[in-house]
Amino acid sequence: MPATDHPAAGGETFRPLPPRPPPSSTIGPLRWARDNLFSSPLNVMLTVFGLYLAWLIVPYLVDWAILSADFTGSTWDDCPSDGACWVFVGARLDFFIYGHYPPAERWRVDIVFLLLAVVLVPQFIPRCPGRLWLGVFGLTLYPVITGALLLGGVFGLEAVETGSWGGLMLTLVLSYVGIVAALPIGILLALGRRSSMPVIRSLCVVFIELWRGVPLISVLFMASVMLPLFLPDGVNFDKLLRALIGIVMFQSAYMAEVIRGGLQGIPKGQYEAAAALGLGYWRATGLIILPQALKMVIPGIVNTFISLFKDTTLVLIIGLFDLLGTVQSSIVDPAWGPVAVEGYVFAAFCFWVFCFGMSRYSQTLERKLHTGHKR
Amino acid sequence: MTEIQSAQQPRALVEGHDLSHQVGAEVMVQMTDMNKWYGPFHVLRDITLTVHRGERIVVCGPSGSGKSTMIRCINRLEEHQTGRITVDGIELTDDVKKIEIIRREVGMVFQHFNLFPHLTVLENCVLAPIWVRKEPRRQAEERAMALLERVKIPEQAKKYPGQLSGGQQQRVAIARALCMTPKLMLFDEPTSALDPEMIKEVLDTMVALAESGMTMVCVTHEMGFAKTVADRVVFMDEGQIVEQAPPSDFFANPRSERTRLFLSQILKH
Repeated sequence: MPATDHPAAGGETFRPLPPRPPPSSTIGPLRWARDNLFSSPLNVMLTVFGLYLAWLIVPYLVDWAILSADFTGSTWDDCPSDGACWVFVGARLDFFIYGHYPPAERWRVDIVFLLLAVVLVPQFIPRCPGRLWLGVFGLTLYPVITGALLLGGVFGLEAVETGSWGGLMLTLVLSYVGIVAALPIGILLALGRRSSMPVIRSLCVVFIELWRGVPLISVLFMASVMLPLFLPDGVNFDKLLRALIGIVMFQSAYMAEVIRGGLQGIPKGQYEAAAALGLGYWRATGLIILPQALKMVIPGIVNTFISLFKDTTLVLIIGLFDLLGTVQSSIVDPAWGPVAVEGYVFAAFCFWVFCFGMSRYSQTLERKLHTGHKR
Repeated sequence: MTEIQSAQQPRALVEGHDLSHQVGAEVMVQMTDMNKWYGPFHVLRDITLTVHRGERIVVCGPSGSGKSTMIRCINRLEEHQTGRITVDGIELTDDVKKIEIIRREVGMVFQHFNLFPHLTVLENCVLAPIWVRKEPRRQAEERAMALLERVKIPEQAKKYPGQLSGGQQQRVAIARALCMTPKLMLFDEPTSALDPEMIKEVLDTMVALAESGMTMVCVTHEMGFAKTVADRVVFMDEGQIVEQAPPSDFFANPRSERTRLFLSQILKH
């Protein structure tokens, strides 16, 4: 009953005050600067010191990277100035992207990249029509199409050995397969670890602890060097495939632990409400528990994806040339002078773009899935 | 007697409501010598209770007396260890299929609502009809809207539970349970987590439900509700049923000393 018209209140009416804007001294850029940059003597000193450092570094960086840099040409002779030799990156760009993939067949890789962009870009645009279906396509059919296109040997496409794959294309193949496969396996492992059935629980615990307790480098070494020793003569499978399996197993163990954290955060009442409505284990898990648990651990999941993306560079030690590998093998080319910094800056920039993209995507997703306040 | 009546301002529940009804002879829930232990702790001791179709039972008692545990045994959220429970003629055993059949027929409302926060109010309501009863979405949504109308919040259908007040959430929870067209409704302290201003709206909803002839078992501390709605009040302490009687007898002439003490404690102020 509203307090305003209580019959026994004797005529005195309660009127709520209208809301007013906050005083102007609590908002605005000046106020922001005072709060964040000059709030205490120590902060004033730190601000001044930071500005001094920026004054020292930024002009030098701009000069090196842009003002005195060389952009056009195709050989070391086109880089006479003191600044960066971006000519090197331009001349080797094809190698950085495709590795040793046969030049005549590179259009196949281009199609794969194009499809990837078609799948990924709409995911960043809110309310883009059909983006759910594009996402489903990206997780199911896309890997199959990519495999057929890149490997060849079907539909009259010339077969290309995985040994010649390299560069950015290899980095993306490794991380995409790693991400797409590690998430579902990780979910199953996390559910298994919380299962009430002792056999399933122990199997999952052993699997997770085994893979988490081993460095990725040793997993890759074992996959590429030791595994063939145990296989009978003549039985051998692809080195890239072995590396992929190693990466997927390794990452799914980490993923399982991240997701288990989310599962533990679901209140018992949610399980009870689902059970009381007659939902069985799989329906309750799929419709009630997992959507909430996954949403809660989006930052953790994306964190794992980002570290997976960067960990793919470790395949260099088993002789696969990913983006960093192609850069590293190019900077020792005697036809070029000292171009190591340019090469590494380029590689770092590529990795940063992808990782930052993933980070932004996770924030978009978190905002989109936020449904009011938690109880 | 006079003390009880003055303390219990009936919350205007009865006015305009027709609560007279017929209790069927058909047995809905039958518990026989049911016992339950948590580890070595004996929570439920020799519980024997019969609930008939159309009957409204209010279970009360001090906290820790096993009220909630008992009604949670009816849809197997808790497992009993000895004795028998049959619900609508089906005995509760380890058989998962039977448990799921019983849960389909038994709706439950919780103290903390337990709405699904990632789904809208409407989606909360149609989830089980669609996935458990395999109803077409349209039909499920139509019934859900009718039920939301009945609990007086159709305008909130597209909102998420987090945007609703406690009383509104609990009414959604009641609508969600009703969407499965249950034969029996269990209420586990439905008003204990609510602000005083919101208790009435939930109790009104429950009274309206009682009017419609629903079989109800309610664990509650709302003695006004017990007086006006219940056919029988069950008083529990220390995991046992101390006494059960129609509310007029229960409040006026409690047979047991323990019941008298309990009533004097809660009705003092």
